[in-house]
Amino acid sequence: MSESFESSRRDLLAGAAAFAAATLAPGVVLYANAATTGPVSDKARWGILIDANRCDATCDGCVKACAEEFGVTSFDRPATDPQWIRKLTVSDPATGVTRSFPVMCQHCKHPPCVDVCPTGASFVRADGIVLVDRHLCIGCRYCMMACPYKARSFVHEDIKDQKSFAPRGKGTVESCTMCVHRIDDGRKPACVEACSTTGHAAMLFGDLNDPNSEIAKRVAAVTTTQIRADLRTDPAIRYQGI
Amino acid sequence: MSTSSSSHGHAAHGFHVLAGRSPWSWAFLIFLGLFAALGGLAALYMEHNGHWVTGMNNQVPWGLPHVCAVFLIVASTGALNIASLGSVFSKDDYKPLGRLSALSAMAVQAGGLCILLLDLGRSDRLIVAMTNYNFTSIFALNIILYNGFFAIVTTYLYIMMEPKLEPFYHPVAFSAFIWRLIVTTGTGSIFGLMVSRTAYHSAIMAPMFISMSFSFGLAIFLVILTFLRGGSGRPMASPQLQRRLLVLLACFIAVSLYMVVMHHVTSVYSAERRDFERFILFDGGIFPALLWVGFGLIGSVLPLLVLLVPFPAVGAAARLFIASLGVIAGGIALMYVIIVGGESFPIDLFPGKIVSSSFFDGVVGTYSPSVPEVFLALGGFALVGLIVTVGMWVLEVLPDRQSGG
Repeated sequence: MSESFESSRRDLLAGAAAFAAATLAPGVVLYANAATTGPVSDKARWGILIDANRCDATCDGCVKACAEEFGVTSFDRPATDPQWIRKLTVSDPATGVTRSFPVMCQHCKHPPCVDVCPTGASFVRADGIVLVDRHLCIGCRYCMMACPYKARSFVHEDIKDQKSFAPRGKGTVESCTMCVHRIDDGRKPACVEACSTTGHAAMLFGDLNDPNSEIAKRVAAVTTTQIRADLRTDPAIRYQGI
Repeated sequence: MSTSSSSHGHAAHGFHVLAGRSPWSWAFLIFLGLFAALGGLAALYMEHNGHWVTGMNNQVPWGLPHVCAVFLIVASTGALNIASLGSVFSKDDYKPLGRLSALSAMAVQAGGLCILLLDLGRSDRLIVAMTNYNFTSIFALNIILYNGFFAIVTTYLYIMMEPKLEPFYHPVAFSAFIWRLIVTTGTGSIFGLMVSRTAYHSAIMAPMFISMSFSFGLAIFLVILTFLRGGSGRPMASPQLQRRLLVLLACFIAVSLYMVVMHHVTSVYSAERRDFERFILFDGGIFPALLWVGFGLIGSVLPLLVLLVPFPAVGAAARLFIASLGVIAGGIALMYVIIVGGESFPIDLFPGKIVSSSFFDGVVGTYSPSVPEVFLALGGFALVGLIVTVGMWVLEVLPDRQSGG
């Protein structure tokens, strides 16, 4: 009798320990993944300059790199498949001039998605990166309606093989994170790295607030534009040659 | 049958609960319950599989459930019209129907909110929506406005039913009237404040939605009255009041039509919006048909004719019922045009340029409602019927004698 009581108490304690471990482990992992570049501040404003003149219409290296980095896979349902970054072909009907270049979340300074999000799941980090807190997102899709850049996707089905640094979930909205996990490790976003690897080097990543950064120097030297600049959302993604 | 009386207004009125739980009334309730249950099952199916089983997609993120939810939420504040006419505008003839009007308003809003909630990607996170507020979001403010609507209308109904609280009758009735205007302003502003899409971002959205709420809400209330009349065999409104309701509904329809016409006329004059207007008024497939035939003809012109042209052979009650059905059908059609039509038109990333991509840039969005979406929407309407019926069984909201008699 007493032996069985001891046994059940041991089971209970073991169960409690397992439960505690399962509860705490994700927090420990998150802690381990915290930025190695120090606390996030508004000193930096991360941005990407995309040179449409250098972007090859037949190349989708950036799109593939993003999909691989985050495990964004297709379910062969194009209308509901998420796309964090896509190649856009834009042509002027009057002149026939055509350009191809990538478009992703523009990481606006005044993002409409953040304004409309009811729970605050959409937010801007101090360094200007626009993110979605997957624990707060209720899947209302108002941000998708409000984004002028069509940058957001709704996760329409179960996700497998998720990455620990970028949890995703059915029923929530997601978009480009500018590879915030890489930036916090002092690395470049996957799309920028891939663009460089392909030899086109059409994407330049850096701190727009640092006058000595290459991106700040380029932005100061050549004419660059923001998509739908008339909306005054002030995107951190700038374009050259469009 | 239990009865009570209240002396709000000039005359004392007696009230009773819905009597006669006949097999037919049980059958009606089971019928509604079945549809509500099917709506719940549809929501579970969508939640389990993910939204890919619906017609919605990344180009058209809001579909039929949103259309019906927003229609019901807009109509709910209008279902309070009759109560407000009796209290705020001192029209004594309407007072006997005030309680039923308040009950209907809450039921219609509950039906709409249920659809909206169950169409969320994460309906299970209702508690997150209730505890995390981003106050720049009109959606977040709406959550507060909808909760406030229930609180104020419940109080209003309670005061109407409790003679001891008569001193609070007018202040609470007035608050409910102001609140319902703010609630519908919030609902219209979901679209009015949206800068990203050509179809929206217009100050007329809020007043247009308010005008729509007056006509849609009154129409739903008149359908509820007609069902009651059919069930009990006695008219709920006197012939005199019916004649006034003919004119009242006609006025509301005319104002809604005026707002919608002006919204489009204003947009046509903007070169920036002309492509969209061409799409929604002429080229856009089902949307122009729904707008012209659905809202324009069935939802506005025909009901106006039915209400205003004397038909000796058809009684006022039947004309009110027919016109109300038209208004409801036209209202859902208009909401479909506003929501699905507005989303389907491609977002203009590069105005004046030709754009294409693997993400359907520059392409008109495709959407057709799936079976689960239809059942979820129908479930919301069934829930309205359930709440009104059960509410009438347990609350003394039905006047003993004809309203306006």
